[in-house]
Amino acid sequence: MDQLLHDFSPGLFFMQAIILLILIVLMRKFAWKPILDSLQTREDGIQNALDAAEKAKLEMQNLQADNQKLLQEARAEREDMLKEAREMKNKMIEDAKSEAEGQANKMIAQAQAAIEGEKKAALAELKNQVAGISLEIAEKVMRTELSNKDKQLQLVETMLAEKSLN
Amino acid sequence: MVVVKKSINFIAVLVLALFSMFSYGDEIQHKPGNKVDTAEEINDYIAHHLKDSHDFHFYTHNESGTHYSFPLPVIVWTSNGLKTFMSSEFHHDDAGKVIVEKGDVKLVKLHSKIYELESGASTINFDEHHHATNAHKVLDFSITKSVFGMLLAGILMLLGFGALARGYKKGKMIPKGFSRVLEPLVIYVRDEIAKPNIGEKKYRKFMGFLLTVFFFIWILNLLGLTPLGFNVTGQIAVTACLAIFTVVIYMFSGSKDFWAHTLWMPGVPYILRPILAVIELVGFVVIKPFSLLIRLFANITAGHFVVMSLIALAITLKVSFGPVVSTGMSLVLSLFIMVIEILVAFLQAFIFTMLSSLFIGMAVEEHDDHH
Repeated sequence: MDQLLHDFSPGLFFMQAIILLILIVLMRKFAWKPILDSLQTREDGIQNALDAAEKAKLEMQNLQADNQKLLQEARAEREDMLKEAREMKNKMIEDAKSEAEGQANKMIAQAQAAIEGEKKAALAELKNQVAGISLEIAEKVMRTELSNKDKQLQLVETMLAEKSLN
Repeated sequence: MVVVKKSINFIAVLVLALFSMFSYGDEIQHKPGNKVDTAEEINDYIAHHLKDSHDFHFYTHNESGTHYSFPLPVIVWTSNGLKTFMSSEFHHDDAGKVIVEKGDVKLVKLHSKIYELESGASTINFDEHHHATNAHKVLDFSITKSVFGMLLAGILMLLGFGALARGYKKGKMIPKGFSRVLEPLVIYVRDEIAKPNIGEKKYRKFMGFLLTVFFFIWILNLLGLTPLGFNVTGQIAVTACLAIFTVVIYMFSGSKDFWAHTLWMPGVPYILRPILAVIELVGFVVIKPFSLLIRLFANITAGHFVVMSLIALAITLKVSFGPVVSTGMSLVLSLFIMVIEILVAFLQAFIFTMLSSLFIGMAVEEHDDHH
Protein backbone atom coordinates (compact mmCIF):
# COMPACT_ATOMS: atom_id res chain seq x y z
CA MET A 1 0.00 0.00 0.00
CA ASP A 2 2.82 2.34 0.92
CA GLN A 3 4.55 1.39 -2.30
CA LEU A 4 1.35 2.01 -4.25
CA LEU A 5 0.94 5.46 -2.72
CA HIS A 6 4.59 6.19 -3.38
CA ASP A 7 4.23 5.15 -7.01
CA PHE A 8 1.14 7.25 -7.47
CA SER A 9 2.15 10.23 -9.53
CA PRO A 10 -0.24 13.21 -9.27
CA GLY A 11 1.29 14.70 -12.39
CA LEU A 12 0.59 11.58 -14.41
CA PHE A 13 -2.92 11.53 -12.98
CA PHE A 14 -3.44 15.09 -14.10
CA MET A 15 -2.02 14.43 -17.58
CA GLN A 16 -4.16 11.32 -17.92
CA ALA A 17 -7.30 13.22 -16.89
CA ILE A 18 -6.61 15.97 -19.43
CA ILE A 19 -5.76 13.53 -22.22
CA LEU A 20 -8.76 11.32 -21.51
CA LEU A 21 -11.10 14.29 -21.36
CA ILE A 22 -9.82 15.69 -24.65
CA LEU A 23 -9.87 12.23 -26.21
CA ILE A 24 -13.47 11.62 -25.13
CA VAL A 25 -14.55 14.98 -26.55
CA LEU A 26 -12.67 14.48 -29.84
CA MET A 27 -13.76 10.87 -30.26
CA ARG A 28 -17.38 11.79 -29.56
CA LYS A 29 -17.33 14.53 -32.13
CA PHE A 30 -15.28 12.89 -34.87
CA ALA A 31 -15.86 9.20 -34.40
CA TRP A 32 -18.53 7.85 -32.07
CA LYS A 33 -21.35 10.18 -33.01
CA PRO A 34 -21.11 9.68 -36.78
CA ILE A 35 -20.40 5.96 -36.37
CA LEU A 36 -23.31 5.30 -34.01
CA ASP A 37 -25.64 7.48 -36.07
CA SER A 38 -24.72 5.63 -39.25
CA LEU A 39 -25.09 2.26 -37.56
CA GLN A 40 -28.51 3.32 -36.29
CA THR A 41 -29.55 4.51 -39.73
CA ARG A 42 -28.33 1.30 -41.31
CA GLU A 43 -30.04 -0.89 -38.76
CA ASP A 44 -33.28 1.07 -39.09
CA GLY A 45 -33.02 0.66 -42.87
CA ILE A 46 -32.54 -3.08 -42.54
CA GLN A 47 -35.43 -3.32 -40.06
CA ASN A 48 -37.68 -1.33 -42.37
CA ALA A 49 -36.76 -3.49 -45.34
CA LEU A 50 -37.48 -6.63 -43.31
CA ASP A 51 -40.80 -5.22 -42.13
CA ALA A 52 -41.74 -4.26 -45.69
CA ALA A 53 -40.84 -7.74 -46.91
CA GLU A 54 -42.94 -9.27 -44.14
CA LYS A 55 -45.83 -7.02 -45.03
CA ALA A 56 -45.52 -7.87 -48.73
CA LYS A 57 -45.49 -11.55 -47.83
CA LEU A 58 -48.63 -11.14 -45.75
CA GLU A 59 -50.34 -9.24 -48.56
CA MET A 60 -49.31 -11.91 -51.00
CA GLN A 61 -50.79 -14.53 -48.71
CA ASN A 62 -54.02 -12.57 -48.42
CA LEU A 63 -54.14 -12.21 -52.17
CA GLN A 64 -53.59 -15.90 -52.63
CA ALA A 65 -56.30 -16.69 -50.11
CA ASP A 66 -58.64 -14.34 -51.98
CA ASN A 67 -57.80 -16.03 -55.24
CA GLN A 68 -58.42 -19.40 -53.70
CA LYS A 69 -61.77 -18.22 -52.41
CA LEU A 70 -62.74 -16.82 -55.79
CA LEU A 71 -61.69 -19.99 -57.48
CA GLN A 72 -63.71 -22.06 -55.04
CA GLU A 73 -66.74 -19.86 -55.55
CA ALA A 74 -66.44 -20.18 -59.30
CA ARG A 75 -66.09 -23.92 -59.00
CA ALA A 76 -69.17 -24.14 -56.76
CA GLU A 77 -71.13 -21.99 -59.16
CA ARG A 78 -70.13 -24.17 -62.10
CA GLU A 79 -71.12 -27.22 -60.09
CA ASP A 80 -74.51 -25.67 -59.36
CA MET A 81 -75.05 -24.79 -62.97
CA LEU A 82 -74.12 -28.26 -64.13
CA LYS A 83 -76.45 -29.79 -61.57
CA GLU A 84 -79.29 -27.56 -62.62
CA ALA A 85 -78.74 -28.38 -66.28
CA ARG A 86 -78.66 -32.06 -65.50
CA GLU A 87 -81.88 -31.79 -63.56
CA MET A 88 -83.48 -29.86 -66.34
CA LYS A 89 -82.39 -32.43 -68.85
CA ASN A 90 -83.76 -35.25 -66.74
CA LYS A 91 -87.00 -33.43 -66.30
CA MET A 92 -87.30 -32.77 -69.99
CA ILE A 93 -86.67 -36.38 -70.79
CA GLU A 94 -89.17 -37.40 -68.15
CA ASP A 95 -91.74 -34.99 -69.49
CA ALA A 96 -91.19 -36.06 -73.03
CA LYS A 97 -91.45 -39.67 -72.00
CA SER A 98 -94.68 -39.24 -70.10
CA GLU A 99 -96.18 -37.16 -72.87
CA ALA A 100 -95.20 -39.69 -75.44
CA GLU A 101 -96.66 -42.42 -73.29
CA GLY A 102 -99.89 -40.49 -72.88
CA GLN A 103 -100.01 -39.88 -76.57
CA ALA A 104 -99.37 -43.51 -77.34
CA ASN A 105 -101.98 -44.62 -74.84
CA LYS A 106 -104.45 -42.22 -76.32
CA MET A 107 -103.68 -43.43 -79.81
CA ILE A 108 -104.00 -47.03 -78.72
CA ALA A 109 -107.28 -46.24 -77.02
CA GLN A 110 -108.50 -44.48 -80.11
CA ALA A 111 -107.40 -47.36 -82.26
CA GLN A 112 -109.09 -49.79 -79.95
CA ALA A 113 -112.22 -47.70 -79.97
CA ALA A 114 -112.09 -47.55 -83.74
CA ILE A 115 -111.55 -51.31 -83.93
CA GLU A 116 -114.44 -51.85 -81.54
CA GLY A 117 -116.65 -49.59 -83.61
CA GLU A 118 -115.66 -51.33 -86.81
CA LYS A 119 -116.19 -54.64 -85.15
CA LYS A 120 -119.61 -53.62 -83.94
CA ALA A 121 -120.52 -52.25 -87.35
CA ALA A 122 -119.27 -55.41 -88.98
CA LEU A 123 -121.19 -57.55 -86.51
CA ALA A 124 -124.34 -55.52 -87.03
CA GLU A 125 -123.99 -55.84 -90.74
CA LEU A 126 -123.27 -59.50 -90.35
CA LYS A 127 -126.34 -59.86 -88.18
CA ASN A 128 -128.41 -58.00 -90.69
CA GLN A 129 -127.10 -60.08 -93.47
CA VAL A 130 -127.55 -63.27 -91.45
CA ALA A 131 -131.09 -62.14 -90.59
CA GLY A 132 -131.74 -61.40 -94.22
CA ILE A 133 -130.29 -64.69 -95.32
CA SER A 134 -132.19 -66.46 -92.53
CA LEU A 135 -135.41 -64.81 -93.59
CA GLU A 136 -134.82 -65.81 -97.16
CA ILE A 137 -133.97 -69.30 -96.10
CA ALA A 138 -136.92 -69.35 -93.83
CA GLU A 139 -139.18 -68.08 -96.62
CA LYS A 140 -137.82 -70.66 -98.98
CA VAL A 141 -138.15 -73.37 -96.35
CA MET A 142 -141.63 -72.24 -95.47
CA ARG A 143 -142.57 -72.27 -99.02
CA THR A 144 -141.28 -75.73 -99.55
CA GLU A 145 -142.62 -77.07 -96.24
CA LEU A 146 -145.98 -75.57 -96.39
CA SER A 147 -146.63 -76.93 -99.80
CA ASN A 148 -147.19 -80.31 -98.18
CA LYS A 149 -149.82 -80.87 -95.51
CA ASP A 150 -148.21 -83.77 -93.86
CA LYS A 151 -145.04 -82.04 -93.55
CA GLN A 152 -146.76 -79.07 -91.95
CA LEU A 153 -148.28 -81.25 -89.40
CA GLN A 154 -145.07 -83.04 -88.79
CA LEU A 155 -143.33 -79.70 -88.28
CA VAL A 156 -145.88 -78.59 -85.81
CA GLU A 157 -145.48 -81.91 -84.08
CA THR A 158 -141.67 -81.56 -83.77
CA MET A 159 -141.90 -78.02 -82.67
CA LEU A 160 -144.35 -78.87 -79.99
CA ALA A 161 -142.17 -81.70 -78.86
CA GLU A 162 -139.22 -79.43 -78.64
CA LYS A 163 -141.33 -76.95 -76.66
CA SER A 164 -142.35 -79.45 -74.17
CA LEU A 165 -138.83 -80.59 -73.75
CA ASN A 166 -137.75 -77.12 -72.94
CA MET B 1 -7.32 1.69 -49.64
CA VAL B 2 -7.06 5.20 -48.22
CA VAL B 3 -6.96 3.79 -44.72
CA VAL B 4 -4.24 1.33 -45.64
CA LYS B 5 -2.19 4.06 -47.27
CA LYS B 6 -2.63 6.26 -44.25
CA SER B 7 -1.61 3.57 -41.83
CA ILE B 8 1.44 2.82 -43.96
CA ASN B 9 2.34 6.51 -43.77
CA PHE B 10 1.86 6.44 -40.04
CA ILE B 11 4.04 3.36 -39.61
CA ALA B 12 6.69 4.99 -41.78
CA VAL B 13 6.69 8.06 -39.55
CA LEU B 14 6.92 5.85 -36.48
CA VAL B 15 9.84 3.87 -37.90
CA LEU B 16 11.64 7.08 -38.83
CA ALA B 17 11.12 8.35 -35.31
CA LEU B 18 12.60 5.16 -33.94
CA PHE B 19 15.68 5.38 -36.16
CA SER B 20 16.19 9.02 -35.46
CA MET B 21 16.74 8.31 -31.79
CA PHE B 22 20.17 9.33 -30.75
CA SER B 23 22.54 7.73 -28.37
CA TYR B 24 24.51 9.45 -25.77
CA GLY B 25 27.27 8.34 -23.52
CA ASP B 26 26.74 7.55 -19.93
CA GLU B 27 29.57 8.04 -17.50
CA ILE B 28 27.60 7.80 -14.31
CA GLN B 29 26.34 4.22 -14.40
CA HIS B 30 27.62 2.33 -11.38
CA LYS B 31 28.43 -0.67 -13.50
CA PRO B 32 30.00 -0.54 -16.94
CA GLY B 33 27.78 -1.99 -19.64
CA ASN B 34 24.72 -2.06 -17.40
CA LYS B 35 24.40 -5.81 -17.90
CA VAL B 36 21.52 -7.54 -16.18
CA ASP B 37 22.61 -10.97 -15.01
CA THR B 38 21.99 -11.54 -11.34
CA ALA B 39 18.65 -12.18 -9.68
CA GLU B 40 18.87 -8.88 -7.84
CA GLU B 41 19.58 -6.94 -10.99
CA ILE B 42 16.71 -8.67 -12.72
CA ASN B 43 14.36 -7.66 -9.90
CA ASP B 44 15.61 -4.10 -10.14
CA TYR B 45 15.19 -4.14 -13.89
CA ILE B 46 11.61 -5.39 -13.66
CA ALA B 47 10.75 -2.92 -10.91
CA HIS B 48 12.23 -0.17 -13.02
CA HIS B 49 10.25 -1.25 -16.05
CA LEU B 50 6.96 -1.36 -14.13
CA LYS B 51 7.45 2.29 -13.22
CA ASP B 52 6.90 5.18 -15.52
CA SER B 53 10.03 6.61 -17.07
CA HIS B 54 11.15 9.94 -18.43
CA ASP B 55 12.85 8.69 -21.55
CA PHE B 56 12.13 6.10 -24.15
CA HIS B 57 14.81 3.49 -23.70
CA PHE B 58 15.44 0.78 -26.30
CA TYR B 59 18.64 -0.98 -25.40
CA THR B 60 22.09 -0.47 -24.04
CA HIS B 61 25.24 -1.44 -25.87
CA ASN B 62 27.14 -3.48 -23.32
CA GLU B 63 30.75 -2.84 -24.26
CA SER B 64 30.58 0.88 -24.78
CA GLY B 65 27.84 1.39 -22.21
CA THR B 66 25.93 3.49 -24.70
CA HIS B 67 22.17 3.82 -24.25
CA TYR B 68 19.96 3.85 -27.31
CA SER B 69 16.90 5.86 -26.45
CA PHE B 70 15.21 9.10 -27.19
CA PRO B 71 14.51 11.70 -24.57
CA LEU B 72 11.07 12.98 -23.70
CA PRO B 73 10.23 16.45 -22.44
CA VAL B 74 10.26 17.00 -18.67
CA ILE B 75 7.75 19.51 -17.40
CA VAL B 76 7.85 20.07 -13.63
CA TRP B 77 6.22 22.51 -11.29
CA THR B 78 8.95 23.49 -8.86
CA SER B 79 9.06 25.95 -6.00
CA ASN B 80 10.23 28.44 -8.56
CA GLY B 81 7.57 27.91 -11.18
CA LEU B 82 7.29 25.71 -14.24
CA LYS B 83 10.51 24.25 -15.62
CA THR B 84 10.84 22.41 -18.91
CA PHE B 85 13.82 20.60 -20.38
CA MET B 86 14.58 17.33 -22.15
CA SER B 87 15.12 14.22 -20.07
CA SER B 88 18.49 13.72 -21.77
CA GLU B 89 19.88 16.25 -19.31
CA PHE B 90 19.72 13.57 -16.62
CA HIS B 91 22.03 11.34 -18.70
CA HIS B 92 20.06 8.21 -17.82
CA ASP B 93 20.80 8.66 -14.18
CA ASP B 94 18.10 7.23 -11.96
CA ALA B 95 19.97 7.27 -8.65
CA GLY B 96 19.82 11.00 -7.93
CA LYS B 97 23.43 11.70 -8.83
CA VAL B 98 23.08 14.02 -11.81
CA ILE B 99 21.88 17.40 -10.70
CA VAL B 100 20.14 19.55 -13.28
CA GLU B 101 20.15 23.20 -12.37
CA LYS B 102 17.34 25.31 -13.79
CA GLY B 103 17.52 28.83 -12.58
CA ASP B 104 17.92 28.46 -8.85
CA VAL B 105 16.31 25.03 -8.47
CA LYS B 106 18.35 21.82 -8.46
CA LEU B 107 16.55 18.78 -9.81
CA VAL B 108 17.52 15.10 -9.61
CA LYS B 109 15.86 11.93 -10.85
CA LEU B 110 15.56 9.13 -8.33
CA HIS B 111 13.71 5.88 -9.11
CA SER B 112 11.80 7.46 -12.00
CA LYS B 113 10.67 10.37 -9.86
CA ILE B 114 11.97 13.92 -10.08
CA TYR B 115 13.02 15.51 -6.79
CA GLU B 116 13.86 19.09 -6.02
CA LEU B 117 16.85 19.56 -3.71
CA GLU B 118 16.29 21.85 -0.80
CA SER B 119 18.11 25.17 -1.08
CA GLY B 120 21.73 24.92 -0.09
CA ALA B 121 22.02 21.18 -0.70
CA SER B 122 24.47 20.14 -3.36
CA THR B 123 23.98 16.36 -3.26
CA ILE B 124 21.06 14.20 -2.27
CA ASN B 125 21.27 12.50 1.14
CA PHE B 126 19.45 9.33 2.13
CA ASP B 127 18.29 7.93 5.43
CA GLU B 128 18.68 4.24 6.31
CA HIS B 129 15.50 3.33 4.33
CA HIS B 130 16.97 4.96 1.24
CA HIS B 131 14.53 7.85 1.44
CA ALA B 132 15.77 11.25 0.41
CA THR B 133 16.16 13.53 3.42
CA ASN B 134 16.98 16.83 1.81
CA ALA B 135 14.77 16.72 -1.28
CA HIS B 136 11.07 16.58 -2.05
CA LYS B 137 9.05 15.37 -5.01
CA VAL B 138 7.78 17.95 -7.46
CA LEU B 139 4.55 17.96 -9.43
CA ASP B 140 5.59 16.22 -12.59
CA PHE B 141 3.58 16.98 -15.72
CA SER B 142 6.26 15.53 -17.99
CA ILE B 143 5.52 13.83 -21.23
CA THR B 144 6.67 10.57 -19.69
CA LYS B 145 6.65 7.25 -21.47
CA SER B 146 3.11 6.64 -20.19
CA VAL B 147 1.88 10.01 -21.39
CA PHE B 148 3.59 9.34 -24.71
CA GLY B 149 1.80 5.98 -24.86
CA MET B 150 -1.54 7.61 -24.12
CA LEU B 151 -0.99 10.17 -26.84
CA LEU B 152 -0.02 7.41 -29.23
CA ALA B 153 -3.14 5.42 -28.33
CA GLY B 154 -5.25 8.55 -28.73
CA ILE B 155 -3.79 9.28 -32.16
CA LEU B 156 -4.30 5.66 -33.22
CA MET B 157 -7.92 5.81 -32.08
CA LEU B 158 -8.58 9.12 -33.80
CA LEU B 159 -7.04 7.83 -37.03
CA GLY B 160 -8.74 4.44 -37.01
CA PHE B 161 -12.21 5.42 -35.88
CA GLY B 162 -12.05 8.75 -37.67
CA ALA B 163 -11.49 6.79 -40.89
CA LEU B 164 -14.46 4.57 -40.04
CA ALA B 165 -16.65 7.62 -39.41
CA ARG B 166 -15.50 9.30 -42.64
CA GLY B 167 -16.27 6.10 -44.52
CA TYR B 168 -19.91 6.37 -43.41
CA LYS B 169 -20.08 10.05 -44.23
CA LYS B 170 -19.16 9.34 -47.83
CA GLY B 171 -22.47 7.53 -48.08
CA LYS B 172 -21.02 4.04 -48.09
CA MET B 173 -22.96 2.05 -45.54
CA ILE B 174 -20.55 -0.90 -45.56
CA PRO B 175 -17.05 -0.05 -44.32
CA LYS B 176 -13.99 -1.16 -46.26
CA GLY B 177 -10.53 -2.31 -45.22
CA PHE B 178 -9.43 -1.92 -41.61
CA SER B 179 -12.66 -0.13 -40.73
CA ARG B 180 -14.43 -3.40 -41.35
CA VAL B 181 -12.58 -4.80 -38.34
CA LEU B 182 -13.37 -1.82 -36.15
CA GLU B 183 -17.07 -1.68 -36.87
CA PRO B 184 -17.99 -5.01 -35.23
CA LEU B 185 -15.97 -3.97 -32.17
CA VAL B 186 -18.02 -0.79 -31.84
CA ILE B 187 -21.20 -2.83 -32.30
CA TYR B 188 -19.93 -5.31 -29.72
CA VAL B 189 -19.40 -2.60 -27.10
CA ARG B 190 -22.79 -1.12 -27.86
CA ASP B 191 -24.81 -4.35 -27.96
CA GLU B 192 -23.01 -6.54 -25.43
CA ILE B 193 -21.75 -4.02 -22.88
CA ALA B 194 -23.77 -0.81 -22.95
CA LYS B 195 -27.27 -1.88 -23.94
CA PRO B 196 -27.76 -4.83 -21.54
CA ASN B 197 -26.34 -2.95 -18.54
CA ILE B 198 -27.64 0.57 -19.01
CA GLY B 199 -30.83 -0.10 -20.90
CA GLU B 200 -32.09 0.55 -24.38
CA LYS B 201 -33.37 4.04 -23.58
CA LYS B 202 -30.43 5.63 -21.81
CA TYR B 203 -27.32 3.93 -23.15
CA ARG B 204 -26.69 6.45 -25.92
CA LYS B 205 -25.56 9.25 -23.60
CA PHE B 206 -22.73 7.14 -22.15
CA MET B 207 -21.46 5.59 -25.36
CA GLY B 208 -18.80 8.27 -25.85
CA PHE B 209 -17.19 7.49 -22.51
CA LEU B 210 -17.60 3.70 -22.69
CA LEU B 211 -16.26 3.33 -26.23
CA THR B 212 -13.35 5.67 -25.60
CA VAL B 213 -12.38 3.94 -22.36
CA PHE B 214 -12.75 0.46 -23.85
CA PHE B 215 -10.51 1.11 -26.83
CA PHE B 216 -8.13 3.29 -24.83
CA ILE B 217 -7.51 0.53 -22.27
CA TRP B 218 -7.37 -2.19 -24.89
CA ILE B 219 -4.89 -0.38 -27.12
CA LEU B 220 -2.69 0.54 -24.15
CA ASN B 221 -2.81 -3.03 -22.83
CA LEU B 222 -1.73 -4.27 -26.24
CA LEU B 223 0.97 -1.60 -26.53
CA GLY B 224 2.24 -2.89 -23.20
CA LEU B 225 2.79 -6.29 -24.77
CA THR B 226 4.99 -4.91 -27.54
CA PRO B 227 8.76 -4.68 -27.00
CA LEU B 228 8.35 -0.91 -26.82
CA GLY B 229 7.83 -1.55 -23.13
CA PHE B 230 4.86 0.67 -22.32
CA ASN B 231 3.25 0.02 -18.97
CA VAL B 232 0.51 2.62 -19.05
CA THR B 233 -2.44 0.67 -17.68
CA GLY B 234 -0.08 -0.66 -15.00
CA GLN B 235 0.35 2.87 -13.61
CA ILE B 236 -1.92 3.31 -10.62
CA ALA B 237 -2.42 7.00 -11.44
CA VAL B 238 -3.81 6.05 -14.86
CA THR B 239 -6.23 3.41 -13.60
CA ALA B 240 -7.25 5.70 -10.71
CA CYS B 241 -8.05 8.43 -13.20
CA LEU B 242 -10.13 6.07 -15.33
CA ALA B 243 -12.04 4.83 -12.26
CA ILE B 244 -12.66 8.37 -11.04
CA PHE B 245 -14.11 9.28 -14.44
CA THR B 246 -16.55 6.40 -14.04
CA VAL B 247 -17.52 7.52 -10.51
CA VAL B 248 -18.05 11.11 -11.59
CA ILE B 249 -20.20 10.00 -14.50
CA TYR B 250 -22.46 7.71 -12.52
CA MET B 251 -22.72 10.04 -9.57
CA PHE B 252 -23.78 12.93 -11.77
CA SER B 253 -26.23 10.94 -13.85
CA GLY B 254 -27.91 9.18 -10.90
CA SER B 255 -31.69 9.16 -11.12
CA LYS B 256 -34.07 10.22 -8.35
CA ASP B 257 -34.70 6.56 -7.61
CA PHE B 258 -30.99 5.88 -7.30
CA TRP B 259 -30.52 8.60 -4.69
CA ALA B 260 -33.69 7.55 -2.89
CA HIS B 261 -32.48 3.97 -2.71
CA THR B 262 -28.96 4.95 -1.74
CA LEU B 263 -29.67 7.55 0.94
CA TRP B 264 -33.06 6.51 2.33
CA MET B 265 -33.72 2.90 1.40
CA PRO B 266 -37.46 2.26 1.28
CA GLY B 267 -38.91 -0.84 2.89
CA VAL B 268 -36.27 -1.03 5.61
CA PRO B 269 -36.76 -0.15 9.33
CA TYR B 270 -36.01 3.52 9.96
CA ILE B 271 -33.16 2.80 12.36
CA LEU B 272 -31.29 0.88 9.70
CA ARG B 273 -31.68 3.47 6.95
CA PRO B 274 -28.80 5.80 7.92
CA ILE B 275 -26.49 2.80 8.34
CA LEU B 276 -27.49 1.48 4.94
CA ALA B 277 -26.99 4.94 3.44
CA VAL B 278 -23.43 5.03 4.74
CA ILE B 279 -22.74 1.53 3.42
CA GLU B 280 -24.21 2.33 0.03
CA LEU B 281 -22.39 5.63 -0.28
CA VAL B 282 -19.07 4.09 0.68
CA GLY B 283 -19.79 1.33 -1.83
CA PHE B 284 -20.45 3.74 -4.67
CA VAL B 285 -17.84 6.36 -3.86
CA VAL B 286 -14.96 4.23 -2.58
CA ILE B 287 -15.30 0.48 -2.99
CA LYS B 288 -16.55 0.30 -6.55
CA PRO B 289 -13.96 2.67 -8.07
CA PHE B 290 -11.26 1.12 -5.92
CA SER B 291 -12.09 -2.36 -7.20
CA LEU B 292 -12.03 -0.97 -10.75
CA LEU B 293 -8.65 0.71 -10.45
CA ILE B 294 -6.97 -2.09 -8.49
CA ARG B 295 -8.26 -4.81 -10.83
CA LEU B 296 -6.87 -3.19 -13.96
CA PHE B 297 -3.63 -2.09 -12.30
CA ALA B 298 -2.96 -5.47 -10.67
CA ASN B 299 -3.76 -7.53 -13.74
CA ILE B 300 -1.54 -5.55 -16.05
CA THR B 301 1.30 -5.20 -13.55
CA ALA B 302 1.18 -8.90 -12.77
CA GLY B 303 1.16 -9.71 -16.47
CA HIS B 304 4.23 -7.59 -17.13
CA PHE B 305 5.94 -9.00 -14.07
CA VAL B 306 5.29 -12.61 -15.09
CA VAL B 307 6.33 -12.11 -18.71
CA MET B 308 9.54 -10.35 -17.72
CA SER B 309 10.34 -12.95 -15.05
CA LEU B 310 9.89 -15.75 -17.55
CA ILE B 311 12.11 -13.98 -20.07
CA ALA B 312 14.66 -13.62 -17.28
CA LEU B 313 14.58 -17.39 -16.80
CA ALA B 314 16.99 -17.54 -19.73
CA ILE B 315 19.53 -15.78 -17.49
CA THR B 316 18.73 -17.27 -14.09
CA LEU B 317 18.63 -20.88 -15.26
CA LYS B 318 21.69 -20.59 -17.46
CA VAL B 319 24.01 -21.75 -14.70
CA SER B 320 22.07 -24.93 -13.88
CA PHE B 321 20.71 -25.93 -17.34
CA GLY B 322 23.03 -24.36 -19.86
CA PRO B 323 22.18 -21.59 -22.30
CA VAL B 324 20.18 -23.65 -24.84
CA VAL B 325 17.76 -25.32 -22.41
CA SER B 326 17.22 -22.21 -20.30
CA THR B 327 16.57 -20.05 -23.37
CA GLY B 328 14.22 -22.67 -24.79
CA MET B 329 12.30 -22.94 -21.54
CA SER B 330 12.01 -19.22 -21.16
CA LEU B 331 10.89 -18.90 -24.78
CA VAL B 332 8.16 -21.55 -24.50
CA LEU B 333 6.89 -20.33 -21.13
CA SER B 334 6.92 -16.66 -22.01
CA LEU B 335 5.22 -17.39 -25.33
CA PHE B 336 2.51 -19.25 -23.46
CA ILE B 337 2.02 -16.42 -20.96
CA MET B 338 2.13 -13.88 -23.78
CA VAL B 339 -0.82 -15.57 -25.48
CA ILE B 340 -2.71 -15.42 -22.19
CA GLU B 341 -1.71 -11.79 -21.79
CA ILE B 342 -3.20 -10.98 -25.19
CA LEU B 343 -6.45 -12.42 -23.89
CA VAL B 344 -6.07 -10.53 -20.60
CA ALA B 345 -5.46 -7.30 -22.51
CA PHE B 346 -8.91 -7.62 -24.07
CA LEU B 347 -10.50 -9.06 -20.97
CA GLN B 348 -9.42 -6.23 -18.68
CA ALA B 349 -10.62 -3.61 -21.15
CA PHE B 350 -13.90 -5.51 -21.39
CA ILE B 351 -14.29 -5.89 -17.62
CA PHE B 352 -13.52 -2.25 -16.93
CA THR B 353 -16.06 -1.09 -19.50
CA MET B 354 -18.55 -3.74 -18.44
CA LEU B 355 -18.39 -2.79 -14.75
CA SER B 356 -18.48 0.91 -15.57
CA SER B 357 -21.63 0.43 -17.58
CA LEU B 358 -23.06 -1.80 -14.84
CA PHE B 359 -22.53 0.94 -12.24
CA ILE B 360 -23.91 3.57 -14.61
CA GLY B 361 -26.87 1.25 -15.21
CA MET B 362 -27.47 1.01 -11.44
CA ALA B 363 -27.38 4.78 -11.15
CA VAL B 364 -29.72 5.65 -14.02
CA GLU B 365 -32.19 2.84 -13.38
CA GLU B 366 -35.75 3.87 -12.61
CA HIS B 367 -37.75 1.45 -10.50
CA ASP B 368 -41.31 0.90 -11.56
CA ASP B 369 -42.16 -1.17 -8.49
CA HIS B 370 -42.08 0.75 -5.24
CA HIS B 371 -41.65 -1.56 -2.33
